[in-house]
Amino acid sequence: MHDMSHTVHHHAPPTSFIRKHIFSLDHKVIGKQYYGLALVAVLVGMVLSWIMRIHLGWTNYAIPGLHLLSSNGAPGNVMTPEYYLQLMTMHATIMVFFVLTTAPFAAFGNYFLPIQVGAEDMPFPHFNMMSFWVTFVAFLVLVASFFVGDGPTLGGWTQYAPLSAVGAVGGPGEGMGVVLWAASIAIFCVGQLLGSLNFITTTLDMRTRGMSLWRLPLSAWAWFITSCMGLTAFAVLMPACILLILDHVAGTSFFVPSNLVINDQLQPHSGGSTLLWQHLFWFFGHPEVYIAIVPGMGIVSHVLITNMRKPMLSHRVMVYSMGALAVLSYMVYGHHMFVSGMNPVSSLAFSFPTLIITIPSTIIVLIWLGSLYGAKLRINTASLFALGFVSMFISGGVSGFFLAQPSIDIMLHATYFVVGHFHMVMGVAAMFGIFAGTYFWFPKIFGRMMNETLGKVHFWLSFVGTYCIFMPFHYLGMAGNVRRYQAFVIEYMQPLIPVHRFITVAALVTGAAQFIFLYNLIHSRFWGKPATDNPWQATSLEWSTPTTPPPHNNFGDKLPVVYHDPYQYGVESSTGDYLMQASPEQVKTAYDEA
Amino acid sequence: MGKFFAVTIVVIAIASAIPILRHTWWMAPDISTHGAPIDEQMSETMAEAGISFLASQIILALFIWKFSSSRPSDPIKSFPGGAKAMVWAAFLLVGTEVLALGVFGVKAWANVYFAPPAANAMPVQVQAGQFAFYFRYPGPDGTFGPLHPDLISESNANFYGIDVDHDQDSKDDIVTAEMAIPVNREIHLLMHAKDVGHSFFVPELRVQQDFVPGLDLSMHFTATKIGRYEIVCTQLCGLGHYNMKAYLSVMSQEDFDNWLKKQAAMQ
Amino acid sequence: MATTIHEPPKIEKQGSAPHPVGGNGGGRNLVPAGADLARVKDYAPPPASTGIWVVLASISMTFAAFTSALIVRQGSAPDWRHLALPQILYFNTLVLIASSVTLEMARRQVGAYMAGPRDQTAAPARWLYITLLLGLFFVSGQYVAWLQLRAQGLYLATNPNSSFFYVLTAMHGLHLLGGLGGLVRVIRRLDRSILRKSTLDATSRYWHFMDVLWVYLLLLLWMKL
Repeated sequence: MHDMSHTVHHHAPPTSFIRKHIFSLDHKVIGKQYYGLALVAVLVGMVLSWIMRIHLGWTNYAIPGLHLLSSNGAPGNVMTPEYYLQLMTMHATIMVFFVLTTAPFAAFGNYFLPIQVGAEDMPFPHFNMMSFWVTFVAFLVLVASFFVGDGPTLGGWTQYAPLSAVGAVGGPGEGMGVVLWAASIAIFCVGQLLGSLNFITTTLDMRTRGMSLWRLPLSAWAWFITSCMGLTAFAVLMPACILLILDHVAGTSFFVPSNLVINDQLQPHSGGSTLLWQHLFWFFGHPEVYIAIVPGMGIVSHVLITNMRKPMLSHRVMVYSMGALAVLSYMVYGHHMFVSGMNPVSSLAFSFPTLIITIPSTIIVLIWLGSLYGAKLRINTASLFALGFVSMFISGGVSGFFLAQPSIDIMLHATYFVVGHFHMVMGVAAMFGIFAGTYFWFPKIFGRMMNETLGKVHFWLSFVGTYCIFMPFHYLGMAGNVRRYQAFVIEYMQPLIPVHRFITVAALVTGAAQFIFLYNLIHSRFWGKPATDNPWQATSLEWSTPTTPPPHNNFGDKLPVVYHDPYQYGVESSTGDYLMQASPEQVKTAYDEA
Repeated sequence: MGKFFAVTIVVIAIASAIPILRHTWWMAPDISTHGAPIDEQMSETMAEAGISFLASQIILALFIWKFSSSRPSDPIKSFPGGAKAMVWAAFLLVGTEVLALGVFGVKAWANVYFAPPAANAMPVQVQAGQFAFYFRYPGPDGTFGPLHPDLISESNANFYGIDVDHDQDSKDDIVTAEMAIPVNREIHLLMHAKDVGHSFFVPELRVQQDFVPGLDLSMHFTATKIGRYEIVCTQLCGLGHYNMKAYLSVMSQEDFDNWLKKQAAMQ
Repeated sequence: MATTIHEPPKIEKQGSAPHPVGGNGGGRNLVPAGADLARVKDYAPPPASTGIWVVLASISMTFAAFTSALIVRQGSAPDWRHLALPQILYFNTLVLIASSVTLEMARRQVGAYMAGPRDQTAAPARWLYITLLLGLFFVSGQYVAWLQLRAQGLYLATNPNSSFFYVLTAMHGLHLLGGLGGLVRVIRRLDRSILRKSTLDATSRYWHFMDVLWVYLLLLLWMKL
């Protein structure tokens, strides 16, 4: 079916509302749907974190209206200990799965990967549509657990067995709550597997003429590498969740060992392995961390390059480093289990790959820093968030040195140090990647510019605010403050409560600043300044679409032909200091002269 | 804006480092014999991570300061040395740094986990359950009686499931809610969980180890300073997790003997 | 479908462009001035033939996870019992292998039909129907195996062996039902003359993989249970 005359056989865009906006096959609509889902999820997750933070700072404070959320969980508006844990579990699950996985990967990837490779759509649009709706169902199932008997599970997003597998005797939410949680995650896995299938085949098979693999922008590379990770990681989590559900509903003993006594009752299970759950979970769990952050690296590189007006020091080294992160991420998962009772020799075996993974991470940071040298850096909201990402990634990365070492982990495991580490590196940094992507691509998606002033206010409050929140987490961890505590009744932790109060105030302010973003998003969507086709003078294919937003088939009648590497900046062309990938013009590049 | 951003980054980086340098919030003083290498490892890692953190943030700020004010007519420049320099720097500086940390860290880890307990180490059993620790001392016969999980009963205060009537070895076992140990004596801690996962964390003792249901684990340590410390649970175990703790009293041998006698009388 | 409008990617000859040391990622033009794009090699696999390998990789990971769970669970407690596999499993295996053979016959026949001039003769779907039938036969056979285990008093939660037996056979059965759905889709598309070769190939690869996977699972169950 090869058509060499560049023409595109039109498939008429759908006209009915349902096919156009709800059950749409268009990757752009699906991408926006994913973004919307992530936006709803992040608001829920953020409000949960507010409630938790207030509780941590002022444990007996009655939060007005909290009983409306759950009259059992917050009688008289004061949260019960178990309700804190339930909200904490939901905060983590919602954020990790439905925000950090969906927004940078599924949302932006869906929208821009096909355009960046020069395709009309993903190869399996029906699977793509299913991918979103399956994910949506997963979200509903998770949220449904707020409304069952004793509420959502309190087991944390890691759901360690046997607490997660013994059923309702384990505590509130450990019955139906866990089943809904595991079902939601298993469904989510199916959705992401379908998505990964599309991402991989899009990258391999749907590239337009002239678009060799090395001509893919770094964002496209990042999505491709992430989808390879997702394909393997989610395929392991799904069976683990199935086995967990069976332990609940069928009385099997995969994860529950013999002779457990809860409430003086000998439990009916026997022979299961509690460490098996941890191994299965973390084999997924660690790659998941990279699934959250690698798309951010790609997006940030893409945004930075455009705003530096020069390419990265090395495109290939960036790609190889992201690939190395992906491969190594499977060999390091045991560092979550240093003091879990796993063989102590394994701890050392897992420690070294964990230390080695700092090398590709360092290379990526050094390439960013080195590329900044000699740039013509434009400061706008998108580039500020991208630079903020770099700063956050450095801060979150160096604390990894500590946690990679089993001997130090004796002191830091399960403390706020760990919480600070992962919030900085995969929470805030990934969020900054999402923000950078939003401010950068919004003009293409909606044809309107976002408000720069509001954007900058949002940036400053977020940047300073998140440092105020998450830096002190490290100090708390050093002082031995254990995570997942709803109050600090342990004597040596009581002097740390003022630090928690400071963090709470910072969290409330930073969280409130996110409403500026939300306002900006909604206001600019309808009343923003109209955008041109290429407002940032960027080079990759998403800026070559015939209209803005792109038409149903992305490129109109003709798919583009690619003549250049993705980042031709700092050249002298007829358009200025950049040359678009789809432009047949030949110019001398900076490197040709060197 | 760019320059202001650069200054902000530097201020944040330095402000972040000050509490670390001043040890405003720091690990509790070490009271164990195995803790020194861990502390040393922590300080070395802190130094290296701290330098990496400050250096990269400051370079980032410097470049933002310098290059955010480029004029449109300025040509772009390339970093001397290019990507190769970066790859070498990452491999040589960071690679050797982290590998050195890793190799030295093995020693600190091996101290805790690979050395067998001394033959005369005092055995103490600890059982973690929702949401309390219970400790068992073997009594004069030096032997722990067998456990019968089906006999566990909170209401009868039989926390361990010991059968005093039938098991000879159990008759003199002493079960306590608080842990007392003699100072400068090696303790062989035998750990098991009653219900779900828990953890045994005493920051001063440089000890943290999970309880794994279905798996009997053990560890050993020596406390060198008399005092009263807190044992806390660090593995999420349910609604009372935050309040799951026990006291650890490190006593002179004499005080310990008296304490144990008193506990035995209370059984 | 998106695939029909897709224009194949081009792979340029490496080294045909100026290749400054260390500098890439946007610093150079891969297509040198005056290069003739039409001359560069033209190769684009249909997405289905790449996609099927992606799917198979993912399924392999899932069953690798189940396998490691089985091995860890076996070692974790002394409650592992011997379980005599129902004899019908061996018969089912033969049926499934036979279905792979018939599918291969179908693939050749349909391939020849699609390559040849499309006259008025009906599309040759006979072997596809036979494969479909054998597949259904296999699934029913697996169900009979479950019934036989149940008759022995071995339920899902009876012991770890029976748990893994039911879980692994059920997961394989579900995936196989997916393959049956794929076969039905192939037959319907063949009838309407819109079948693509890559769809047929992908479906048959999936089916053969289910075959290999089953033999692997049977060996695993036979060795471990």
